[in-house]
Amino acid sequence: MRKLITLCYACAALLLLSAPLVSAKELSGKLEIFSWWAGDEGPALQALIDQYKAAHPQVEVVNATVTGGSGVNAKAVLKTRMLGGEPPDSFQVHAGQELIGTWVKADRMEDLTFLFKEQGWMDAFPAGLVKQIGTDKGIWSVPVNIHRSNVVWYVPENLKKWGITAPASWDEFFAVAPKLKEQGVVPLALAENWTVNHLWESVALASLGADNWDAVWAGKLAFDSPEGVKAWELFGKVLEYTNQDASSLSWQQATDMVVDGRAAFNVMGDWAAGYMATTKKFAPGTGFGWAASPGTGGQFMFLADSFGLPKGAPNRDNVIAWLSLLGSREGSDAFNPLKGSISARTDSDLSKYNDYGKSAAADFGKDRIVGSLAHGVTANEGFMNDFASVMEMFLKSRNAAAAAKAAQQIAVKNGIGK
Amino acid sequence: MRNHDRIKAFFTLLPSIVLLAVFVYGFIGNTFWISLTDWGGVAALAEEPVRNYAGFANYAELFAGFLGGSFRQDLVNAVFYSVSLLAGAIGIGLVLAILLDNKPCGEALFRTVFLYPMALSFIVTGTIWRWMLAPQGGVNILPTYAGGQPLRFRWLSSTDTVLQFDWQNLLEIVCFLLAAILIVWGFWLLREQPRKAAIRLLLPGVVLGGGTWLWGDLLPRALFMEEMHGLNLATLGIILATVWQYSGYTMALYLAGFTGISQDLRDAAMLDGAGATAYYRHIALPMVRPITISAVIILSHISLKMFDLIFAMTGPDNGATGHPALNMYLTTFRANEFARGAAIAIVLFLIAATFIIPYLISSYRQRRGGR
Repeated sequence: MRKLITLCYACAALLLLSAPLVSAKELSGKLEIFSWWAGDEGPALQALIDQYKAAHPQVEVVNATVTGGSGVNAKAVLKTRMLGGEPPDSFQVHAGQELIGTWVKADRMEDLTFLFKEQGWMDAFPAGLVKQIGTDKGIWSVPVNIHRSNVVWYVPENLKKWGITAPASWDEFFAVAPKLKEQGVVPLALAENWTVNHLWESVALASLGADNWDAVWAGKLAFDSPEGVKAWELFGKVLEYTNQDASSLSWQQATDMVVDGRAAFNVMGDWAAGYMATTKKFAPGTGFGWAASPGTGGQFMFLADSFGLPKGAPNRDNVIAWLSLLGSREGSDAFNPLKGSISARTDSDLSKYNDYGKSAAADFGKDRIVGSLAHGVTANEGFMNDFASVMEMFLKSRNAAAAAKAAQQIAVKNGIGK
Repeated sequence: MRNHDRIKAFFTLLPSIVLLAVFVYGFIGNTFWISLTDWGGVAALAEEPVRNYAGFANYAELFAGFLGGSFRQDLVNAVFYSVSLLAGAIGIGLVLAILLDNKPCGEALFRTVFLYPMALSFIVTGTIWRWMLAPQGGVNILPTYAGGQPLRFRWLSSTDTVLQFDWQNLLEIVCFLLAAILIVWGFWLLREQPRKAAIRLLLPGVVLGGGTWLWGDLLPRALFMEEMHGLNLATLGIILATVWQYSGYTMALYLAGFTGISQDLRDAAMLDGAGATAYYRHIALPMVRPITISAVIILSHISLKMFDLIFAMTGPDNGATGHPALNMYLTTFRANEFARGAAIAIVLFLIAATFIIPYLISSYRQRRGGR
């Protein structure tokens, strides 16, 4: 019996050892990559695919994209495929609980710890990040990019004209906001529903602080605790300085309000930098400026796109080669400057990035890293869906205590709180 | 010989009977079964998901639970939306049909123009109207061309609600509505069948209404907390777009009906001294009643299934303009609450059935009576 077990261990060890050999041997067959990167993000994905094809010319790469922002449609298509027993080889998913709560809990993903160790990613990625994309049972996906959620955007010239500076705290914001309002300027531009959640997480992080923010998602601090209610109260106050027509605007239109001088500030993820630099042709730093959103200096609220390895993927070896490329320095430095995000690695080649990217990468290396709610890091999909209704309720009633209580209820229901 | 024919007919129909049985009725049954389980939450997408029988818990949660508020709002929205679409599309379609029935010059051109919106997909209609109803453009700046002030109404993002009611009082409201329907129906029939109208309709209507008025407080509360719902003004934009798209269609239906009425009948009516109004009111409209019925059924269906137009116009998480169909999709495929999504689908199915089944029964009766 003991011999058998030893044999098993030996086999397992051999298998682990042979993994690098597998990627070295010539790969063939197919690799289907499932993502929602069409449109603006298409070229970035293509750069990765080109690299992959150069390394493994025998593999036919199938680029299966389903369009729709944040993957609204792609995720539904993916679910029907997985339920139908036809998983793609590798699929894009927001790193963190969006992956863990849906796919890892359902036992559909393979643990990638072996790949992280083999590729030396344990040291290449910040430890805070590895913690957020894994559970105690393993690491579940390879992050391709890092976006920052808690950024406030403005136009330096306009601020000078109005005689204000970027606020470091919400109190500073409340001091200048009435003056802006008097001049007919919207203090804070806001857009459709999901951007409201996006603003909420920045405000709540400022109100709670990073430790409490993590405690909330670990179920150690209740949403309806005094701290939680305070976050909603602050959010209600912030909303008073936003535009009335928010729900009929896209996030780009809210950014446009800042660019056109109709609004002073906008809290948005750093894809706004890509929009203003690439589409609107403004110079980072002079044409548009940025800072950590009020009260969140020294904190980096991240979200990341990642790829994982579903159980039963038809071409496992090809996927492992693909994931190795995604986590490599060459791969991520080819992808991220085009996507407008930064690399998850701490050793990326900064000369390839624009000024915003350089500043974000510097912050990513030294700031406290926390996860984003609106983009799937801290909470599972069930919570996110219910949170949208809680937000609707709050927008209608503006009742902080009720919203905090409702948030706690959905946290319990979705297995976050107790 | 006759038997032989029957066997042949049976085998000809067999494939479609089997396909319908599996893919329509089987799947409806499966959805109903899923709605009675607790399939959802974490591990909902496991290869062999755990599903426990949960009875009608999902339905109870939707109608009376703390977190079902968005579904209840969506349901109220859907009711207002259906009623407005029916009134708007049938009313405008009828007016257009009457105008075109009188053969103005360029009739063919107008017919095409009015019918044309039907050719667009909902996504296109939705996108166009979202732009037209943008707060600072489109419809709102129309008055400035005439020298007026631009409108300030926020078509798709207004947070105002009219006709508000408390969901707690749902049972009372339903009783009052039933009473009102009975009484109005009773007055309608009063002249033709006074006895039947008085005993079967007016009396129960008055009793029900009066009883609710007096003892309504005794009715159980539909919810443990106060929850206001009503007609959200933000739905007006969506109603506008749908009416725009479908009034041409109802016009075409009515126009076909009117053209089918023989000219002799019209001439006879005119000879008897009927004016245009009397002709349409007493002759043409009663003759196209089947068309009205099918228009009502088709439109109510469309309004209950509406998804793409709303998705294109106001996107997913917009409570003010939500719709159960949208909610069903998000609950199922975004939140992974498959059982709850199935329950919403079944509720929608039952509402649609309330429109269809009376129609099927009446047409079946007519056919049997006609034989």
